[in-house]
Amino acid sequence: MWAMAMKEFRQMRRDRRTLAMMILLPVLLLVVFGYAASFDVDRVETVVVGPRAEQVAAALPDRLDVVRVAPGEGRQAAVEALRDADATVAVVTGDGGQPQVLVDGADLFSARAVVTELRGRPGLPTPEVLFNPGLETSAIMVPGLMGVVLVFVGTIATALGVVRERQSGTLEQLAVMPFRARDVLAGKLLPYLGVAVVDLAVIVAVGVLLFDVPFNGSPLVFALGAVEFLFVTVGIGVLISTVSETQGQAIQLAIMTMLPQILLSGLIFPLQAMAPGVRWIGYLLPLTWFVQLARGVMVRGAPFEALLLPLGMLAVLGAVVFGLSIARFRRDLAPAGRHRDPEPAEAEQAEAAPSRAGAR
Amino acid sequence: MSPSRAAWGCQGLSVRYGAKLALEDVTFEAPAGTVAAVVGGDGAGKTSLLRALAGTVRPAAGTVRRPPARRLGYVSAGPGVWTDLTVDENLGFAGRAYGLSADELDRRVGWLLDRTGLAEARDRLAGRLSGGMRQKLALAMAVAHEPDLLILDEPTTGVDPVSRAELWRLLASSAADGAAVVVATTYLDEAERAATVLLLDRGRALLAGTPDEVLAATPGLVVEGPARPEGLASWRRGARWRAWSPDGSAPPGTSPVTIDLEDAAIVAQLREDPGRAA
Repeated sequence: MWAMAMKEFRQMRRDRRTLAMMILLPVLLLVVFGYAASFDVDRVETVVVGPRAEQVAAALPDRLDVVRVAPGEGRQAAVEALRDADATVAVVTGDGGQPQVLVDGADLFSARAVVTELRGRPGLPTPEVLFNPGLETSAIMVPGLMGVVLVFVGTIATALGVVRERQSGTLEQLAVMPFRARDVLAGKLLPYLGVAVVDLAVIVAVGVLLFDVPFNGSPLVFALGAVEFLFVTVGIGVLISTVSETQGQAIQLAIMTMLPQILLSGLIFPLQAMAPGVRWIGYLLPLTWFVQLARGVMVRGAPFEALLLPLGMLAVLGAVVFGLSIARFRRDLAPAGRHRDPEPAEAEQAEAAPSRAGAR
Repeated sequence: MSPSRAAWGCQGLSVRYGAKLALEDVTFEAPAGTVAAVVGGDGAGKTSLLRALAGTVRPAAGTVRRPPARRLGYVSAGPGVWTDLTVDENLGFAGRAYGLSADELDRRVGWLLDRTGLAEARDRLAGRLSGGMRQKLALAMAVAHEPDLLILDEPTTGVDPVSRAELWRLLASSAADGAAVVVATTYLDEAERAATVLLLDRGRALLAGTPDEVLAATPGLVVEGPARPEGLASWRRGARWRAWSPDGSAPPGTSPVTIDLEDAAIVAQLREDPGRAA
């Protein structure tokens, strides 16, 4: 038995990635559940509009954090503020009587907290929930889960597909063929992107038809965001493949990139409920922006202009991650730099050059 | 095939992986229409040389002369085929990758299937082929576009003797068609079929030339006897012992033998490192 245990210890010590995952994952989960795993929203961004906005804003409960007071605006502006995710609650005041309280039902946990608080207090107006009137969980989870599926297909499937070439030794074969690195990568990724797009269409259809998830916004804006997001996830997959020798290593790394995204993106736990440091990690994750985009388009029907931030962030993340992955993939595929021109007119002459470390 | 009878190869080539020098100052030539064998044990630097020739490893020093990628054929030490594609699909992919037209591809695939004896297995997944058949498929893929330089990294390792003979017949056929063929092997009996031989040991070239030149350049005398000779570096050969006598004298109980490439390689290694007796 000791011989077996010693063998396992030695193997475990050399498999540093598994060891790191065994040690880091519990730490990560502890941090996440300690600082991020909370459904309690203490602060809900609120706009107050209408003639008595100043007066009403001063009397609102502490939970409603007033970010804008606009006496000159009316209900239309208040609805637009919620639709564009500028605030979760909008209070519309009139010349007299009870103000109207509008709540963004797409921000489920904040909305539930506000509705519970206002309904429990006599004298306060009954809130009107917009976009997701029944405060249905499926209406906000399904758009976010689409992102998870795209992460799964984009990152894991891509990483496995590329690593399979390396593990089976055929990547070297491709390196010698008259392909440019970008042709190999594009040809390799095209089928995965195709499957991901089909996947996306199926999930949207199932979400809308089976779970009654609304689709209030522009399919084109949604498609643009989804394509941007796919580029990020596929880029992460390629990046993982360039630092993985085996499919097992690729899966480990993919899981380590997926878990934080699922836990810190606002998909499950609201970002507003997280500690600021953890929330900022969330802002660096692509799924965070896709979740905002998908909920914005599908549930709130937000227009293109209102989604510029998530679209822009996905574009930046896509450019950075995909650029890095292409650079690393090219270095792996053609260390001699011979694929810059696949058809040189004359026989190539490789002059003496400083070596790059670690050819595979 | 290119009309020019160019000699591909390298001059003063060194290859380095981080701090490790895998190949040091190696000069090698592969003339068109011939088979050149690169021999040596594990870690000798054969794969590094072939990768540098193929362009997948950057030289630390020296120059490499090779044809453009479209005129190069390569079989790596790995399977060299896509195991989840059929024989036909593998050949089709290789042909298209090298820019063959549909007509050319049809013609070449038919011819290659016939020459390699894979016609009956054309719809079989490459992963379900025997080792020998898989290597023949890899070779067929590498020559589908009739390259000027064909590089093969140990194509016969782990292959049965009949398939080895067939693979060498195909290599010789490619050379006869005008290609320069470079093949790495650990089997010295195979290397004797090549026009030129390069023996590598720990990254350096120990011997180079035609097999006859290599044999003629071996100094001293190789003797053979039923027992291990005293005082000489010796090695087993079948049930008998062979030994190298640097001064050309045959110890009692031994007799001189006609050496082959295996003996020449062992003597060359013993000259480099006298402590390496078998």
